[in-house]
Amino acid sequence: MNLGPHADFIVAAYGVTAFVMAALIGWVILDYSAQRRILGSLEESGLARRSQRKS
Amino acid sequence: MPIIDLANPTRFLNLVSRAMPWLIATTIVLFAIGLFRAMNAPDDYQQGATVKIMFLHVPAAWLGMLGWAVMAIAALGTLVWRHPLADVAGKAAAPIGAAFTFICLVTGSLWGRPTWGTYGVWDARLTSMLVLLLLYLGVLALYWTAEEPGRGARTAAILSLVGAVNLPIIKFSVDWWNTLHQPASVFRIDGSTIDPSILMPLLIMALAFTLLFVTLHLAVMRNEILRRRVRSMRLLQAQEAHA
Repeated sequence: MNLGPHADFIVAAYGVTAFVMAALIGWVILDYSAQRRILGSLEESGLARRSQRKS
Repeated sequence: MPIIDLANPTRFLNLVSRAMPWLIATTIVLFAIGLFRAMNAPDDYQQGATVKIMFLHVPAAWLGMLGWAVMAIAALGTLVWRHPLADVAGKAAAPIGAAFTFICLVTGSLWGRPTWGTYGVWDARLTSMLVLLLLYLGVLALYWTAEEPGRGARTAAILSLVGAVNLPIIKFSVDWWNTLHQPASVFRIDGSTIDPSILMPLLIMALAFTLLFVTLHLAVMRNEILRRRVRSMRLLQAQEAHA
């Protein structure tokens, strides 16, 4: 595959896109595990959500 | 299952858990096909290989605008029906839409330098897209600085509806004003002006990016629901401590 005389611009465009998408996906995964961990520790301490208490 | 059932956060979380593996797998497959087709697409007769930037730039532009459209629709749910899941949907779309808008601007700039001879100009299309990014940053600031989610949600919903005025301006800017940016070439009444050998990879990449948007949106909504559960449990914990 020959990217021609403007290969730097093409590679930079794909690199920036990959970096931003990877950062977004990484943030989503880390945030999910953090929220799950906090919820787990709150439930372990004996807390239950209001809706669960009613049931 | 009636669609109204999805408005229940617990049912929504169950549905997301079931759908997520399929969405991820389909997105990966579509990206593999799309990138293969994009890398093997012929060079444009005028732009040469830089046309490969289009496979990123155009879907990013569409999804940057789609993100705000989702926020505007969710804003109606927040302001009219005051449904918390509508606020969750709006808040979740903001960082994803902002990321795609940022990618659109950067890739457009990198495409503009070799084809136009400049990284950017203050024409109507480029400026209205930059305004969209600034609106995203504004609404994110509203969400992230609000001490109470409900108050931040209402203010962000109003900004989302007001900012939606920018969407037709972006779309029709190339028709209403004389711009350096080219007019629409994919979706036109008289058919696309792009050769099928380049159009097909573009449409596959657009579909892959759209599925990525949907997957990320559902994942961020799930995180936000969990975050609100954490918040409500901590409030209960504080109330019990004071009782």
